Amino acid sequence: METLEKPALTQEEQFQARIDADVRIEPKDWMPDAYRKTLIRQISQHAHSELVGMLPEGNWITRAPSLKRKSILLSKVQDEAGHGLYLYSAAETLGASRDQMLADLHSGKAKYSSIFNYPTLSWADMGCVGWLVDGAAILNQVPLCRTSYGPYARAMVRVCKEESFHQRQGFEVMQTLCEGAPAQKEMAQEALNRWWWPTLMMFGPKDSESPNTEQSMKWRIKRFTNDELRQKFVDMMVPQAEFLGLTVPDPALKWNEERKAYDFGEVNWEEFWQVVKGNGLCNADRLQARVQAHEEGAWVREAANAHAAKRKAREGVGA
Amino acid sequence: MLLTMQAAPSESAALATYSAEVRQLLFQYVLQLADTSLILGHRLSEWCGHGPILEQDLAMANIALDLLGETRSLYQYATELEGKGRTEDDLAYLRSAVEYRNPLLVEQPNGDFAHTIVRQFLFDNFHYPFLKQLKSSPDERLAGIAEKAVKEAAYHLKWSSEWIIRLGDGTPESRQRVEKAIASLWRYAAELTTPTATEKALQEAGIIPDYAALQPTMAAHVARVLEEATLPTPPASSFGLAGGKEGRHSEHLGYILTELQYVQRAYPGLTW
Repeated sequence: METLEKPALTQEEQFQARIDADVRIEPKDWMPDAYRKTLIRQISQHAHSELVGMLPEGNWITRAPSLKRKSILLSKVQDEAGHGLYLYSAAETLGASRDQMLADLHSGKAKYSSIFNYPTLSWADMGCVGWLVDGAAILNQVPLCRTSYGPYARAMVRVCKEESFHQRQGFEVMQTLCEGAPAQKEMAQEALNRWWWPTLMMFGPKDSESPNTEQSMKWRIKRFTNDELRQKFVDMMVPQAEFLGLTVPDPALKWNEERKAYDFGEVNWEEFWQVVKGNGLCNADRLQARVQAHEEGAWVREAANAHAAKRKAREGVGA
Repeated sequence: MLLTMQAAPSESAALATYSAEVRQLLFQYVLQLADTSLILGHRLSEWCGHGPILEQDLAMANIALDLLGETRSLYQYATELEGKGRTEDDLAYLRSAVEYRNPLLVEQPNGDFAHTIVRQFLFDNFHYPFLKQLKSSPDERLAGIAEKAVKEAAYHLKWSSEWIIRLGDGTPESRQRVEKAIASLWRYAAELTTPTATEKALQEAGIIPDYAALQPTMAAHVARVLEEATLPTPPASSFGLAGGKEGRHSEHLGYILTELQYVQRAYPGLTW
């Protein structure tokens, strides 16, 4: 039988062919350096977001208004610590070290989700963070359960399960407030007014200004563009806000029958970039809190290592 | 004081068999236990997001959650014992510092990680053997709560003991820090096992364990852990600090409650 001579595929082409066939990439597989770097950047950013994200909610654990709420909030923040752990481990499978990733966070080189640079001022913020911020996170993260890199995708399956639980809890906090006394409903509306726009910013810059999107889509790290996800979020949340009896703080918000979607106003991109650059209200405080915890914990980590080494040495002698 | 109680076939029947006097004592006592785990859980939860290692952040949140779970079961039982229609949240959020019954140890500030560990170790070393005995209480509610909590407390004691060992037998700095924490916190330990009049009465009635009987187990565990940590045994305290179990607290508790109760106090009577 005669065969047609095909030119041999390069490593890069073989890699892309696997991606196109939706075959998961695993740690030991060959991958382009840029793919590895993009993933390390994205996964470590995600891990840092979980870690820094513990702070604005942790801020209310000691002030939660009932024992039940306190318990739910504490276990939620604990889940976030757990997500941080899975994600740091996923990044480690790509050759990144946790120490280096943390050093990059502490030096300001690595980013984390800007939403956590906004302050939590009232109990209703615990509702908004769960309902809106976790809601936006879920939209960003559900497609990541099918992302091309195996360990990341598997970590995200666990993360997403817990996030949707958190989102329901956040909605329930809002619902309780909205069905409560006028002061509680006001608290809920005031919180929505502050959180709505920063949440829309969570999907990142406009597609036209998102330099990484195209390549990430090609590698199937990302599966939807920022603007697609932002639109989905608005379409999902507006009816929920209406159900709660709350007003979304956007005068341009209007149902578009033709598009079967909501038209909405323009995000304040100047604010977005300022917060990304580190000039938001809480950027310095959040970073300071993380750096301080790390520095003050140094002697504890050293003690644990020293003790483990002594123990190992003793066991060596005993053996 | 002589108190009597009969076998209790069911929860509501158990409450019915107690005299008003025993019921009042038990109410005070269950509040004391609930306040204790609430305040210690509160202190541990202050670490959330600020721990020295992410894994230990998780561990402390975990212990805080266990304690909070125990707190809620206890307060719920207390509301039934009291029978005045107060809820678990009324008990936690609407009592003042002088009405709180937790021992002084658990309200002490977190300090550095060594202080948190020593405080936890002293508490766990009482809590675990205490719950083990409380499981056999003729009071079925307390026995049930202990049954669940004892498994968690076993883990807590293991965790804090291991950390005492790591810090004692770690680096010179960790050793110095843990010694300092021991020096400042050891004097609060005696209150845990020194019965108040309420506790004595309930011990005599056989409803709660005799603390004296727990002492040998507690002392043996401390000795074993300190030895492995290569730490000296602290001298017996000449003056143990006490009073929290009777409402005489340090200044720290007021600030804990100010934070804990803020929303409930600012917006009275609402549901959250």
